[in-house]
Amino acid sequence: MSAQTLYDKLWNSHVVRQEEDGTCLIYIDRHLIHEVTSPQAFEGLRTAQRQPWRVSSVVATADHNTPTDHWDEGIKDPISRQQVETLDANIKFFGALAYFPFKDKKQGIVHVVGPENGATLPGMTVVCGDSHTSTHGAFGALAHGIGTSEVEHVLATQTLVAKKSKAMLIKVEGELGAGVTAKDVALAIIGKIGTAGGTGYAVEFGGSAIRSLSMEGRMTLCNMAIEAGARAGMVAVDQITIDYVEGRPFAPTGATWDAAVEYWKTLVSDDGAVFDAVVELPAADIEPQVTWGTSPEQVVAIGARVPNPAAESDAVKKNSAERALQYMGLSAETPITEIAIDKVFIGSCTNSRIEDLRAAAAIARGRKKADNVKLALVVPGSGLVKAQAEAEGLDQVFIAAGFEWREPGCSMCLAMNADRLEPGERCASTSNRNFEGRQGQGGRTHLVSPAMAAAAAIAGHFVDVRQW
Amino acid sequence: MKAFTQLNGLVCPLNRANVDTDAIIPKQFLKSIKRSGFGPNLFDEWRYLDHGEPGMDNSGRPINPEFVLNFPRYAGAQVLLARENFGCGSSREHAPWAIDDYGFRVVIAPSFADIFFNNCFKNGLLPIVLPADVVDQLFRETEAGDGYRLNVDLAAQTVTTPSGASFGFDITTHRKHCLLNGLDEIGLTLQHADEIKTFEAAYRARQPWLFVE
Repeated sequence: MSAQTLYDKLWNSHVVRQEEDGTCLIYIDRHLIHEVTSPQAFEGLRTAQRQPWRVSSVVATADHNTPTDHWDEGIKDPISRQQVETLDANIKFFGALAYFPFKDKKQGIVHVVGPENGATLPGMTVVCGDSHTSTHGAFGALAHGIGTSEVEHVLATQTLVAKKSKAMLIKVEGELGAGVTAKDVALAIIGKIGTAGGTGYAVEFGGSAIRSLSMEGRMTLCNMAIEAGARAGMVAVDQITIDYVEGRPFAPTGATWDAAVEYWKTLVSDDGAVFDAVVELPAADIEPQVTWGTSPEQVVAIGARVPNPAAESDAVKKNSAERALQYMGLSAETPITEIAIDKVFIGSCTNSRIEDLRAAAAIARGRKKADNVKLALVVPGSGLVKAQAEAEGLDQVFIAAGFEWREPGCSMCLAMNADRLEPGERCASTSNRNFEGRQGQGGRTHLVSPAMAAAAAIAGHFVDVRQW
Repeated sequence: MKAFTQLNGLVCPLNRANVDTDAIIPKQFLKSIKRSGFGPNLFDEWRYLDHGEPGMDNSGRPINPEFVLNFPRYAGAQVLLARENFGCGSSREHAPWAIDDYGFRVVIAPSFADIFFNNCFKNGLLPIVLPADVVDQLFRETEAGDGYRLNVDLAAQTVTTPSGASFGFDITTHRKHCLLNGLDEIGLTLQHADEIKTFEAAYRARQPWLFVE
């Protein structure tokens, strides 16, 4: 057999049947569910009087609508509450392998909860009605977001109708500089290939800089694959992957573990495997990144200035840049380090894991948030991350620095709960999207790493963590 | 799902690249547990001058007269003409639901984000990719005068302008068949239930650790 890419192996091992035009039925191993994109799917099952094919594939949690404070008061917004209660009722009625409801000690963001419980394993196909499902590709899994009709389709048939994508390799060789994180790698890649650069591709991240990343870092990177247009991002399995999975609640044990590990070790691209596209980015060229516009591709290094749209030759890009500057309330040529901020958000499925909180706490330790920063919010990705952080005393570091330490959830990444920006407010955010209105109508988002966000909170404006 | 066969529809030009799903339907409207009723909140933050929340009476809200959807000449449009990477961002199917509920049946752009593109087909909404220079031409012609309509024929896979210029577009056989006939994809897949069961049994034997109960 000719050399295969990791994507070839994952795809081929899940094809149930293939039509003449290449449309396939792909078997789905893990179905993650949250409250926002599932109610209509469950309703569809009920209406058609269908049963879920294999409920033991389902792991569910409530994350988008849940508040991050005053849990004793429940969910105040009646529409949010109804959506969360609808998920409670649907899981109770149909069943699941595991459900982490609002207030459960293991509740949290679905893309944090899955991996930390071993519900995401190498070699799996993982889907969820959420575009950031690409996160799980960090485990050498084929993982991507789906729409609600597909949620219903997977529930009813355990399969997805799909055509194979093209394969792209994004190679980052070398050593990342101090203060440069997986988030900066992700933003630098998006800056290079654009938000549609990965459209139609499944992306494998490779190279020595990627192999040296922790699982948390790999999850951050794969999480942002969708911001480059790629539905799926993935990293080959290695010892770091296997060590992370071992001992987690839904991971295999004993002889089954040994058999699983033997298989998982094959989940790498073969030598000589051919990709449809290869992008290379030397690790040494990557600096801490800050977005300046309303698309993740509108990003520059911390030492740069806000670009001048006049220098853009492409008419559509020029128009987008002008519109972005107007929305962001920024002038061309302003040094990034002179941009003052109003709020800081440390959290989201991109950057709310223990390593992220440690990095932010290391910056905040012994310092105070700047007076012009109205709110610095730290929202752990899950109850387990929160407990771990508290065991390490990180909560006290943040509180002493004037940050707020909250309960887990999606929070101000998309502002479906009460955590949001007011019109015109500027935020240094560790989340994944700087779209207009994403963090609240009229809010202005700058995407950065956790360390860069914490440093901005202390300084009151963006600063280079490498000079901290 | 409703079928799509042929349409002669008024065109509305949305001249922005990278229109994301947060812009198409802002997050506060995702709290609904229904599939319908999103049309009045399509492009909510661009379309109205105030802040929209679910349950509001949208008929009394202040309209943004500068937003193209509010131009009287585009009232009743069924074809949305857009720029590159339309529908990027989240997987929310509420985006095609809102576009469909508003009355659009076709979206034409030089490129779409993958998940959005896929979601359209599940809802009888036809996304069409045409070359950037053709899309440029359609923008010019749409903006040049009132009442610009396009004829979209799915069976023939063509988009035809009022002057008779015709452009072909690609679609997979599977999607075309489902759209033309308005087929329930789950019902279609369940016709292969035995194949899924056979696959599952063999797969389970190979990787039993994936089948923890």
